[in-house]
Amino acid sequence: MEILRSAMAGTLESSDAQVTVEPGEGGIELELSSSVMNQYGRQIKATVLETLERLEVKDARVTVVDKGALDCTLKARVECAVFRSCGKSAENIPWGGAVR
Amino acid sequence: MKNAVGRDIPEYLLTGGREVYQGKNYMDGKYITKASPRTRRCEAPQESKVVESIRAALEQCGAKSGMTFSFHHHLRDGDYVVNQVMAVAIEEMGLEDLTIAASSLGNAHDPIADYIEQGKVVGIQTSGIRGRMGEVVSAGKLKTPAIIRSHGGRPRAIEGGEVHIDIAFIAAPTSDCVGNCRGIGGKSNCGSMGYAMTDAKYADHVVVVTDCLVDFPNMPASVEAIDVDAVVVVDSIGNPKKIASAAARISQNPRDLMMAENVAKVIAATPWFKDGFSFQTGVGGPSLAANLFLEKYMDERGIKMGWAIGGICGPMVELLKKGKVGKVIDVQDFDLDAVNSINQTPGHYEMSASQYANPANKGAFVNKLDFVVLAALEIDTGFNVNVLTGSDGVLRGAPGGHPDTAAGSKVCIIVTPLTRGRMATVCEHVVTVTTPGDCVDVLVTDYGIAVNPLRPDLIECLDKAGIPHVTIESLKEKAYSLVGRPDDLEWEDKVVAVLEARDGTILDVVRKIKPYTGTEE
Repeated sequence: MEILRSAMAGTLESSDAQVTVEPGEGGIELELSSSVMNQYGRQIKATVLETLERLEVKDARVTVVDKGALDCTLKARVECAVFRSCGKSAENIPWGGAVR
Repeated sequence: MKNAVGRDIPEYLLTGGREVYQGKNYMDGKYITKASPRTRRCEAPQESKVVESIRAALEQCGAKSGMTFSFHHHLRDGDYVVNQVMAVAIEEMGLEDLTIAASSLGNAHDPIADYIEQGKVVGIQTSGIRGRMGEVVSAGKLKTPAIIRSHGGRPRAIEGGEVHIDIAFIAAPTSDCVGNCRGIGGKSNCGSMGYAMTDAKYADHVVVVTDCLVDFPNMPASVEAIDVDAVVVVDSIGNPKKIASAAARISQNPRDLMMAENVAKVIAATPWFKDGFSFQTGVGGPSLAANLFLEKYMDERGIKMGWAIGGICGPMVELLKKGKVGKVIDVQDFDLDAVNSINQTPGHYEMSASQYANPANKGAFVNKLDFVVLAALEIDTGFNVNVLTGSDGVLRGAPGGHPDTAAGSKVCIIVTPLTRGRMATVCEHVVTVTTPGDCVDVLVTDYGIAVNPLRPDLIECLDKAGIPHVTIESLKEKAYSLVGRPDDLEWEDKVVAVLEARDGTILDVVRKIKPYTGTEE
């Protein structure tokens, strides 16, 4: 999926994460901050990268401000931000396909 | 060397006869030699000990670099006295190499973090360490490792001479002109002054800082004029709104109430729940709510509580006024209902920290406790509890009376939700052991109850009462299944804080954290 414009999903509430995606400069550039960085930073990073890969996003600048979100929340926020960035959040979301 | 809770304590800390933690009651029957202060005689009658400023008091007491100053924390997050005194000592008088020995420190003391970074404050001995101070100490900026003690461990260390206080500062809501102090009757009231009492008896010099000078004699005095060198009157010793909340409210959160109800059920299933039983609870949501449910069981069985101790708040005072508890003995007050009740409501008494919890005296109140209900930041499968370090490894809590009441009581119940946000409260290994597992008996969570296998008698009680319980391992697995298994924290070698067990042995150390930045490969 191609990131056409910057888009955001999620909030800064406790147990949520705010994900911003922007068009990249060739490759994935991830900036991560988290209230549980020392214990879950590696897992959050892996989850975000894996979700991007599943959505076939290859060129993006991604910023995640995590407030202790569970993996399912992180995935949903990344997916939503990506679909919003290419104007596809209103229709034809591949439920059960790339989104699972 | 590994101690009894499996923590590796560096050999270089084991000097001067210091040992690693060996288990509960290890020091029982041993002798200690009490330290004695060197104090100035005031033989010639003095009309007044009031001096014009904190600086004048410090000079009169011979304040110099390298000294240890002590403080108490009854003014809690409203305290101005620590910052006022340290600012005068460091900025006006240019003193250095100072050690702060406080009963606790909190967010009110963020400015002290600057003095630590500047190298002017080189030692911290406290129960609580939070806010910016917790961050700078965790970052290894304090010259010597901070020493963390429980509320009972502190008077033990002072009496035994492990902490020698050069000047004790007493934050007094009221004082007379010669230093008889009380926690009530002024404009910044705190009620009990229990944590200051040992300081006043064992410090070389004692300075009273008050914002309300009253007629002599200010009786009954919590700290007595016979121990006081000087009295300073300042504009304000603290922000009353942050000293005591208007009223500690009982939680309405259904999860807290469910856990509280289960706590009361467990208590009511044991043989010690009978007329005249004794009880202490923290003021956290579910701990405090346990009072409510316990009252129901007391009414049902037609029994009364004999006495309660601790940090006291409104709901306990309410039980006293209703005649459902015989006596309340109070080392600290958390809300205005408790502040306004101490020494006023019949049966509501003040006690010192030593009387409350010191393991080296001849029997503190905690030793007679039937039940204590406590919270936890983390509890591991060995029932070890952490109430000091966040699960990110940064200092942000306080053992307080947790280890003392857990060790002294017949039944220690920890009540905590299984997870907080993404943090698993029930985990494999707590970051720091502040209360050893051999002192903890029952864990009540929102996902089930676990009993320490060291207490088969309690397991039998629960089974007889039909209260379901599970293993603590299964609770840990449940927690990890919800939030994921956390990575192990990474540490540098440098020890930033030494955690003393209440008996003075070393229970654990906190090392400098190596933070994960996300850019590592």
